[in-house]
Amino acid sequence: MKINKTYEEINEKISKGEAVVVTAEEIISIVEEKGLEQTAKEVDVVTTGTFGPMCSSGAFLNFGHPTPKIRMSKVYLNGVNAYAGIAAVDVYLGATEIPEADPANQNYPGDFNYGGGHVIEELVAGKDVRLEAYSYGTDCYPRKKIRTFIRLQDINEAFMFNARNAYQNYATAVNLSEKSIYTYMGILKPNLGNANYSTSGQLSPLFNDPYYKTTGIGTRIFLGGGTGYVAWHGTQHNPCADRTDKGVPRSPAGTLSLIGDLKQMDPHWVRGVSYIGYGVSLMIGVGVPIPILNEEMLRYTAIKDEEIYTQVLDYSEGFPQGIGGSLGEVDYGQLKSGTITVQGKEVPTAPLSSYSKAKEIAEILKSWIQDGKFLLTEPVESVPSVDSGKKMNPLKIRR
Amino acid sequence: MIKHKVVLLFPAAVVEQPFLYHLVKDYDLFINILRANINPKKEGRLVVELSGEEKNYEKGVRFLESGGIEVLPFEQQMIWNEERCTHCGACTVMCPTGALEMSRPDMIVRFDGDKCVVCEHCFKACPARAIEAHY
Repeated sequence: MKINKTYEEINEKISKGEAVVVTAEEIISIVEEKGLEQTAKEVDVVTTGTFGPMCSSGAFLNFGHPTPKIRMSKVYLNGVNAYAGIAAVDVYLGATEIPEADPANQNYPGDFNYGGGHVIEELVAGKDVRLEAYSYGTDCYPRKKIRTFIRLQDINEAFMFNARNAYQNYATAVNLSEKSIYTYMGILKPNLGNANYSTSGQLSPLFNDPYYKTTGIGTRIFLGGGTGYVAWHGTQHNPCADRTDKGVPRSPAGTLSLIGDLKQMDPHWVRGVSYIGYGVSLMIGVGVPIPILNEEMLRYTAIKDEEIYTQVLDYSEGFPQGIGGSLGEVDYGQLKSGTITVQGKEVPTAPLSSYSKAKEIAEILKSWIQDGKFLLTEPVESVPSVDSGKKMNPLKIRR
Repeated sequence: MIKHKVVLLFPAAVVEQPFLYHLVKDYDLFINILRANINPKKEGRLVVELSGEEKNYEKGVRFLESGGIEVLPFEQQMIWNEERCTHCGACTVMCPTGALEMSRPDMIVRFDGDKCVVCEHCFKACPARAIEAHY
């Protein structure tokens, strides 16, 4: 390779306000026009973005102690249960938690109008949130119950910690059965009525760094409108999934575990969402910068929708029962066009992950870097890649 | 000829009177019922498209209002909250008329009230609950 830049060199240019930064969408035509070598010389950073429902998300909160003190063992925030099996006034509020009184799917399909994701959004928006906590009482923490209101700015710590975000590829969901089904991929109409997918394709972080060469533990990112970091590889991280010759996985593969200060976030990028018949979740904005260290990194970022493939799965039986496999492979160019062909039938598509918002995130991250406000970090450790041999294990039922 | 989509709110006291008959018979209006929720002795709601001569339309509306019926412009009743919308497109595959449509290639959801038939399929298909009915 003729071009070799270091993180230090790129950061120096960023600090001086001289770095050339483009989005993962813009880079495609630049490389087509100028070629890899020239572009790698000129461009320093490519920014990515994604804004989709990410269920394995939540936040750690520390409320501070009342007088007398309490060792909270049951905690509700706006009626939503937060996990209190950690220290006295610490909790973890999960995005998919629903209020105990929610009828869920007893009245199928349930509405799931409110849950953990919505509480997190309201906290980020600076709203008052009702706190209700119970305890068994101890000598050191005598209080047995408390009812009050909290606001994000008043509590000691609030940081988002997401076990799995930024999925590198995801299946396209369809319904082969004769009735509507209600899934985490949205409503799927019968007889291939629609096909829902969920990634920002060519803008998606891990499609632009398919082997996790610059995205690793410690990578500074855009998270929910503030600054966050990659904490670990995410749950269900599956780097050894089948890949195309460009290195892009054909099915769900890598994931990232992310952390970031809730107090820096913006409700525009942290949104509680409801999936009828399924539950609640949280849409979060994630943007990862990719340093153009050489032509190889540039080539990865020049990937376009037409070169990224995914599998079409039947969510009425194939997916839930784990049988049948893929109904076919489609590329994101086809998915984005609005229709795909499955079993000879034209099927309308919907993205669920917002491409236009993903683009906005890549633009915001670009402006932060251009303004010298956001420096890049070299990973302190890589996340497992294709050479790790890491596989995803099913849960075996033992007797 | 003019054509307007309106929401009619019937107070419980008048819900059993044949207002639509008079709109046709006395005011020569075409009525296309898009959505109806009428029950005995309860407040009722109709979403209708009314068309006819402008002066007849205006007289017809005055007739309805004099009978205690609220006549509300449809555009102010069915609202797509653009600020709340994440442009995820989940509604666009549920909408049977293309009133909610994904504009491509910019991938932005747009709402065309003229095409909306108030089937309400989008209400719960929208994860962000960005479509609001005020009627």
